[in-house]
Amino acid sequence: MVPRAEIAHWLAASILLLLGLIVLSEAIVGTEVFRRRPWRAYLWPALALAGGIGLWVVAIFSTFSTMHLLAHAVWAEVTMIAAGVQLAVARGRLTSHRWSSVSAAALLVSGIAFLIHEQNPWFYSRSAFLHHAIGWTCLVAGVFPLLQALQPRRTVWSLGFGLSFIALAVLLYADRDFASIFGRFGEVAGR
Amino acid sequence: MSSDIGTSRGKRLERRAPVAARHQGRALAVLLLGPITMVGGLIWAVAQPYRIAFLYPNGKGLYDYLVQPPLLVALVGFVFMVWIAPGLAEDLELEDDGPES
Repeated sequence: MVPRAEIAHWLAASILLLLGLIVLSEAIVGTEVFRRRPWRAYLWPALALAGGIGLWVVAIFSTFSTMHLLAHAVWAEVTMIAAGVQLAVARGRLTSHRWSSVSAAALLVSGIAFLIHEQNPWFYSRSAFLHHAIGWTCLVAGVFPLLQALQPRRTVWSLGFGLSFIALAVLLYADRDFASIFGRFGEVAGR
Repeated sequence: MSSDIGTSRGKRLERRAPVAARHQGRALAVLLLGPITMVGGLIWAVAQPYRIAFLYPNGKGLYDYLVQPPLLVALVGFVFMVWIAPGLAEDLELEDDGPES
């Protein structure tokens, strides 16, 4: 029994929300305090890795559409690459701040995948609207880790990075399989 | 001699006061992240009660009961509040109580 797409999207939104809160808290307290307990350094990369595995599972079940299969596979791949690099940073194997540009690249590729695989215009449906909105949000979100790579001491970029995940979570929570852009279809929504 | 030590210690404490205040503000911000998220989920549940399968059980399946977005938001806030935020606030306090320099 495969769950509806919106169920998977809401679960993904929950992971993104937790990820956003973790990144935001690191930005608030500072990396030094955040990494005082070593397990915390692994939190967001591990969560991203789990999200990547979840995306592969979704890709496996996306047999109804090649385009969706490819899109989910791309998201899974870039998420796991970014998570892997961040795990290496947390472990101390990679030391340069420039490695956060990998997260920027992952968000850039994710955003492009969102925008390309949605074939309908913005106002076609809730789903189409959200694909466009999430795609552009990913592209904007990618700017923050890029700036972090260039100016690692500026807290504002870390705050922006964390808030981007929260924005993406809100958009994913708003997803419905069947709904008008705003509002709902009443009792038949999501059936 | 002892008054010199007292004076320099006083100056150090004076210097550390704004830092401690900033840390307190940061600790408060981190401690509030979870509850704010939980309140967000609860407000969403009140605004769109039909997204809670317990309240609108007609035609709902297992997944609808397992994954209810407003409750998920509240759960994420709860997990952050219980699991992550207290340790961060503690470590910020330790930073204040750390060795004087």
